[in-house]
Amino acid sequence: MSILGTRVLRTEDPRLLTRGGTYLDDLELPDAAHIVYVRSPRAHARIRGIETSLAAAADGVVAVLTAQDVDIAPAPPRFVGTPAMARPWLAGHTVRFAGEAVAIVVAETRAQAVDAAELVQVDYDPLPVLVDPEAALDDATLLFPEAGTNLVDEFTVGDVDDALARCEVVVEQRIVNQRISASPLETRGAAAAWSDGRLTFRVSTQGVHPVRGQLAEALGVELDLVRVIAPDVGGGFGTKTDLVPEELLVAWVARHIGREVRWTETRSENLLAGGHGRAQVQRVTIGGSRDGRIEAYRLDIIQDSGAYPATAPFLAYLTRMMAQGVYDIENIAVHGRSVVTTTAPVIAFRGAGRPEAAAAIERAVDLYAARIGMGPAEVRRRNVIADDAFPFTTHTGRIFGPDDVVAPMARMLLAPAVYDSGAYATALDRLLEESGYDSLRAEQERRRAEGGPVQLGLGLALYVEVTSLIPGAEPAAMEVLPDGHVVVRLGSSPQGQGHATTWAMIASDRLGVRVEDVEVVFGDTDVIRSGNLTAGSRSVQTIGNAVAETADLLVERARHLAAEALEADVADVVLDRQSGRFHVAGAPFEAKTWKDLAAAAGGALVIDHVFAIHGSTFPFGAHLAVVEVDTETGGTVLRRFVAVDDAGRIVNPVTAEGQVHGGIAQGCAQALLESITYDPDGNLLTSTFADYEIISAAELPEFELHSMETLSPINPLGAKGIGESGTVGATPAVQNAVVDALSHLGVCHVDMPCSPQRVVAALAAADAQATA
Amino acid sequence: MISAPFDYRRVSSLDEAAALLAEDEEAKALAGGMSLIPLMRLRMSRPSTLVDLGALRGELAYVRREGEIVAIGALTRHHDVAISAVLREDVPLLAHVASLIGDPQVRHRGTIGGAVAHADPAGDVTTVLRTLDATIVIHGRDGRREIGVDELLVSFLETSLRPGELIAEVRIPVPPRRHGWAYTKFRRRAQDWATVAVAAIVESRDGKISRAAVGLANMGPTALRSAGVEAALAGADAGSIPRAAELAAEGTSPVSDLSADADFRRHLARVLTRRTVQEAFDRAAG
Repeated sequence: MSILGTRVLRTEDPRLLTRGGTYLDDLELPDAAHIVYVRSPRAHARIRGIETSLAAAADGVVAVLTAQDVDIAPAPPRFVGTPAMARPWLAGHTVRFAGEAVAIVVAETRAQAVDAAELVQVDYDPLPVLVDPEAALDDATLLFPEAGTNLVDEFTVGDVDDALARCEVVVEQRIVNQRISASPLETRGAAAAWSDGRLTFRVSTQGVHPVRGQLAEALGVELDLVRVIAPDVGGGFGTKTDLVPEELLVAWVARHIGREVRWTETRSENLLAGGHGRAQVQRVTIGGSRDGRIEAYRLDIIQDSGAYPATAPFLAYLTRMMAQGVYDIENIAVHGRSVVTTTAPVIAFRGAGRPEAAAAIERAVDLYAARIGMGPAEVRRRNVIADDAFPFTTHTGRIFGPDDVVAPMARMLLAPAVYDSGAYATALDRLLEESGYDSLRAEQERRRAEGGPVQLGLGLALYVEVTSLIPGAEPAAMEVLPDGHVVVRLGSSPQGQGHATTWAMIASDRLGVRVEDVEVVFGDTDVIRSGNLTAGSRSVQTIGNAVAETADLLVERARHLAAEALEADVADVVLDRQSGRFHVAGAPFEAKTWKDLAAAAGGALVIDHVFAIHGSTFPFGAHLAVVEVDTETGGTVLRRFVAVDDAGRIVNPVTAEGQVHGGIAQGCAQALLESITYDPDGNLLTSTFADYEIISAAELPEFELHSMETLSPINPLGAKGIGESGTVGATPAVQNAVVDALSHLGVCHVDMPCSPQRVVAALAAADAQATA
Repeated sequence: MISAPFDYRRVSSLDEAAALLAEDEEAKALAGGMSLIPLMRLRMSRPSTLVDLGALRGELAYVRREGEIVAIGALTRHHDVAISAVLREDVPLLAHVASLIGDPQVRHRGTIGGAVAHADPAGDVTTVLRTLDATIVIHGRDGRREIGVDELLVSFLETSLRPGELIAEVRIPVPPRRHGWAYTKFRRRAQDWATVAVAAIVESRDGKISRAAVGLANMGPTALRSAGVEAALAGADAGSIPRAAELAAEGTSPVSDLSADADFRRHLARVLTRRTVQEAFDRAAG
């Protein structure tokens, strides 16, 4: 029996749970000086001058540096946006968000650096503040006068005006998908040392190779002269896919002052300047017939990019790609605009554009269902893409012909999605059955009839998301050591996903060796020549398949060696995967072990391979949140959360469930609790975990997870990835549940987070409307 | 998240602590540190010296019945208040509320004296002590004085402690045997401060409320008592609870913050007062 799909405990955990991991700040670097950044307390201001002499004279201070010292050119916006909006590595003449770094203090100890940073005096000349992305559109206040506009980017696909005009029912709603923080337990951090012109850069990252490329380009050095190492990484959630200036400057400072330096971000700095996620203002318009057929859907997106266009404009394109969700809707239009505001930059966070798409369409479907008086399950059943309709091309993009001259990037940004495989109706039916949906509805009816203060809400969300988005290749190297142990070298490294276990399982399955005899090595650019990010739920489809194919090639090589040793025809030699021995078919008594063959190969039983990624995959599922809402206090308690998730092949249910648990928790958190909040002056009000409310186990029910496995046809393992499914599905499920609890009282919508005050306000507004 | 530099003194007597605090007004006493240390790490509090009372736990961590009073040493931790057999029997409201403070780590470090001295209007302990008419024994260089907790709590994070004074003991008059009690802490997460909390003690006879005490957390600059509700309940029956609770927000001055604006806090105070008094009444009756 194959080990794949069985519950294997994470081999990482004994170490992580006993003596603990070695995270960036745990590294013992006795010679390193400490960097602390001086940050702007103002959201938008001209810098008239920076007085550093007091700080420079303070105890232990090695250097105090400002933008004038930084001699490397800023990088242009990463995906889209004019170079006029390029972010300087250190703010020079203008600060554009509260928390932007304006000076660097380097000292012998971290405490000395923190103390000296207080002595740096910055003279600010305030400029008008812009925290509202909708207000940014009028260009009355400009962040980049030389750009002439706050608009970073705009796109349109589809036109549904006529289709909407023909619909019997049309519902519109403005929806705020609020700004939130990924809040990885380990904040950002980096350490840099140069030796003989070569940089060793240690960083808490989601990908050492992409970081190496960014560093080499920004610092103007050859790729070979940069080595990047990731120690244990305590979570990334998309925020550690790109270097922020504070990280890159660590390498620059080390070169500039000729000394090893290190930096660890504080929690407040992470909330202030580490980058935020989501931050869209959406307007949905959904139209259909009175009998439940959805005919047209329009999504307008205003994407808040924050002060500098980093990943945010790209997020709007992903929202566009997935706007249609799981539904067979003939007419789809998406209009996206990204704008800059005087707030921290918006970057990728778990789901990155897809939860925003799911939140919009799933809320829209409920609004439509409520308007026509049909149950949300029934409307979904009538409109989902049929199980036999795959592969399915959405109406959310432009179809490019073979003769169209389009840059690959533009093609990726504007192409429709091609859903590889799916069984949405099956997932919905399974969810309704597993959750006891009908009896929950009956319970809801009973409570409504009794009229008590605590009402029951059922929130459905069907989701499909895109994973393995970025085309290319994934390398893997596999070697059999003289003692028969196997080493797997990879260019992509984890942040808590359990890769060491998962890849060892795949190698074990293919090679017939024990999981504990496979060592997986990653997190160092010296280990292998290239690699990618661990991001976008891509790893099993890409790294997993790379490991599987490499193992297959290794078996092929070993069969040839075994044939020679056994004096047999290669075609007759087989691998017994139970015992890990090669023998002639039907004659298992004379066999060669991996150890024998490693010796026969003279210590060179090695395969270097690159797996070609064939395209994107589309995991899907159906989630149900059951909440109790206290209509007097507005308080919401999650009573049950039932999930049916289908991510194709699951290698290890233990690690897959871990991903789903975390994703659901973060989805529930956005729906109920979390919000990055600025005051009108651009001051961040949520700069500690006392004010920024991450969710804990105490607020969550036990998750009821059910799994389906509809294999992907486009990769050998048939895997789709499950790292983000939880956030994509759970967020709208919980929001819909809160609204559902109040729908009989006239409430149609509550923005996230569905706070007690918002719930009570929505009830009061509905009451006022009813009596008006 | 590194505090500003400070000196550190671990004292071996309250007198020594009082002397250190008297000679340096920038010095701060350190008990459990559950509020002080986070403020220091954010550099919002910059004491010149931390006067660590940790060595005094032997003499200042206790719960004991003294006649009609329960005396609690200032360094008694919330967890020990929560599990105290004396308090569970005689002042169950306080034992229960101690179990709701912060999270388990906070309850195992934080002390009752520290919570009172911190004087956070959202505090559970101060609200319940006001509701119970507790008194506070204050240790100073010139000896001891005892004042009502209402006299101690002056404003937001401000007490009437004078330089060189420390809280030594909390004294609670034991409520009548058959009293009812309840506490409703409204918050979004288990570990949060109360958005609003309501404490109630109800004594009843023959279906009528003979006496009610109602305390409000986070409805003003200090933990409050709701005199209006208490007056409306005195001598009334259960049917009058909803009407009395409508008075809960009178005389309050709640802040607007991220969890709730002032109007919503007033709304919550009314709803929670009705429910909490009803629960206390039912418990008194049952």
